[in-house]
Amino acid sequence: MSMQVLYSAVALFLLLTLVAGLWRVLRGPTPADRMLAAQLFGTTAVASLLLLAEAFGRPHLRDVALVFALLAAVTAVAFVMRTWTVWEDDDVAD
Amino acid sequence: MSLTELLTFFLILAGAVFFLAGTVGLLRFPDVFTRLHALTKADNVGLGLVVAGLALQAESWAATGKILLIWLLVLLASASVAHLVARTALRKGIRPWKR
Repeated sequence: MSMQVLYSAVALFLLLTLVAGLWRVLRGPTPADRMLAAQLFGTTAVASLLLLAEAFGRPHLRDVALVFALLAAVTAVAFVMRTWTVWEDDDVAD
Repeated sequence: MSLTELLTFFLILAGAVFFLAGTVGLLRFPDVFTRLHALTKADNVGLGLVVAGLALQAESWAATGKILLIWLLVLLASASVAHLVARTALRKGIRPWKR
């Protein structure tokens, strides 16, 4: 029982640090700084989902965590490749 | 409280501290490179500690393996993303912060 309280409390704490991270989305200044908050969402959401899976005995939440991890990686790579890169000749070469 | 539960308790608390450090770094550090440093290092250690704590409590070996694989995927992904973002930032002429 006490372990369940620990899991839930830490999951809640991680969600609060996520909310604090939103401040960086507001401030920027560069698009990359805003995108870093998405990276924060990747790791922190994975951790809190794993904690919730253990706390409430819902193993399926681990699959949700897996999808979060995948999407965070794809989002950041898509951001760098498609919206933040200025394509120049020497850029494509390597 | 058994010994493994005690170990899980301390591992997860230590993980939470690293997550807090990562968020504080994201909010307080001066430029994109230092923020990347805070995020991709501290948060992945935090996730690793939480995963280690949870792996001790998982109901089967398959569940333990799955949790560890999720951690490895996040490690691989955020290491690649950190290098991509840092290299792109340098190419776009963002100068690393100096005192």
